[in-house]
Amino acid sequence: MTDLNTSDLKRLVLHDLHVSLGGKMVPFAGYDMPVQYPAGVMTEHLHTRSAAGLFDVSHMGQVILRPKADMAALVAAFEAMMPVDVAGLAEGRQRYGLFTTETGGILDDLMFANRGDHLFVVVNAACKAADVAHMQAHLSGVATVEPVTDRALLALQGPLAEAALAAWVPGVAEMRFMDVRVFDSAFGPLWISRSGYTGEDGFEISVPEAGARDLASALLGTEGVMPIGLGARDSLRLEAGLCLYGNDIDTTTTPVEAGLTWAIQKVRRAGGGRSGGFPGAERILHQLDHGPDRLRVGLLPQTRAPMREGTRLFDPDGTPLGEVTSGGFGPSVQAPIAMGYVAASHATPGTALEGEVRGKRMAVTVTPLPFHPTTYKR
Amino acid sequence: MKYTKEHEWMRVEGDLVVVGITEHAATQLGDVVFVELPETETMVAEGDEVCVIESVKAASDILAPLDGEIVEVNVKLVDKPALVNEDPTGEAWFFKMKIDDLAALDDYMDEDEYADFIG
Repeated sequence: MTDLNTSDLKRLVLHDLHVSLGGKMVPFAGYDMPVQYPAGVMTEHLHTRSAAGLFDVSHMGQVILRPKADMAALVAAFEAMMPVDVAGLAEGRQRYGLFTTETGGILDDLMFANRGDHLFVVVNAACKAADVAHMQAHLSGVATVEPVTDRALLALQGPLAEAALAAWVPGVAEMRFMDVRVFDSAFGPLWISRSGYTGEDGFEISVPEAGARDLASALLGTEGVMPIGLGARDSLRLEAGLCLYGNDIDTTTTPVEAGLTWAIQKVRRAGGGRSGGFPGAERILHQLDHGPDRLRVGLLPQTRAPMREGTRLFDPDGTPLGEVTSGGFGPSVQAPIAMGYVAASHATPGTALEGEVRGKRMAVTVTPLPFHPTTYKR
Repeated sequence: MKYTKEHEWMRVEGDLVVVGITEHAATQLGDVVFVELPETETMVAEGDEVCVIESVKAASDILAPLDGEIVEVNVKLVDKPALVNEDPTGEAWFFKMKIDDLAALDDYMDEDEYADFIG
């Protein structure tokens, strides 16, 4: 293993809290991040599903897009970057988006919110510098692109998340899935969305750095809330069938191949009122109409051996079909689970495939996603 | 007990050497969810990858600490991988080896040396 120069890693504003909680710190996307706490990945995962988990996701990029003149011009320009309905997003609502390449690949996936007089965007940590440059290149005529560098981002997820957050921020219980609201609080003004990346109901909370430690401590002191590291964040999102950028989606996968067609609203598709007009439209619209050659699928290994990222997949007759892009053990499923790309001809749930684990071909079955039902408060 | 730098322990039982992983290794691995054991009656050389352990986080190997023959494996681990976390130095032994000369163990760390090694 190569030595990592940990001094190059950026520190989260809550670094000392993670260390004091016994967090095992590892490098991730240029940050020194807690991968787990003493409870361990399995317990942290199951606790999030049964109670509530607090995640520090401050490594992610928070960006404000502020129109230079009117919102409509910003909305139109932002919509031209994605195969997604931006103009139809009501004030106080958030939506999942995808920056696409000219060939229909995915530059990043993101969340964006309509906050009345501006848009608020949250992007992946590893992509944030490139995303900011990409947005500046496309939006500088109509908006200022303002990275938010003085706020932490916390996620509170699980069935007790609503009660725990409401104890400190009255009013959050009224929010529905993908609502966004600003709340004044003892921790400073909070930008809260009812969302997350675990498949559970929950919230993401943007908090001024000055109030972040107090908010995190307050939530951790609330009944049912436990700190959760990156390890469980990954197993939770995998069980929920959610993509990890860099693993399950990247510039070589299109939104259609990735099974993210739900993120492409009718208005942007062929025959829609604002059809096309985004990078890669030709390929993406063609795939929407004719089907892609390959698809992201859920995979259930039929033995106890996990099939990790990179596991090659075959038809039982030996024909190569694709590979696993995320795989491991699902603590709630109590079995190994995986996602990967296979030829469209073999993407139907129930199809029997084989995955090569340490030189041996093992049975694996295509299965619908998610592996664990989601519990969003719609 | 003797210890390797790969965080395995070895205990002499009659003319056999019992091999497992240390508490430190089990803690570092996290929750073990899968164990693949070697075939019995296999000749192995020191450093050969003989078992696979998968935790929620990652896969790792157990290496043969000595030259010899695998004569028995702990099949209980296949059905209950979590034993590796619950009782790494007791019930969760991985395999037993027959080796030519038990003196080969003398080269390995004792308990105090291993404690220093893991700091």
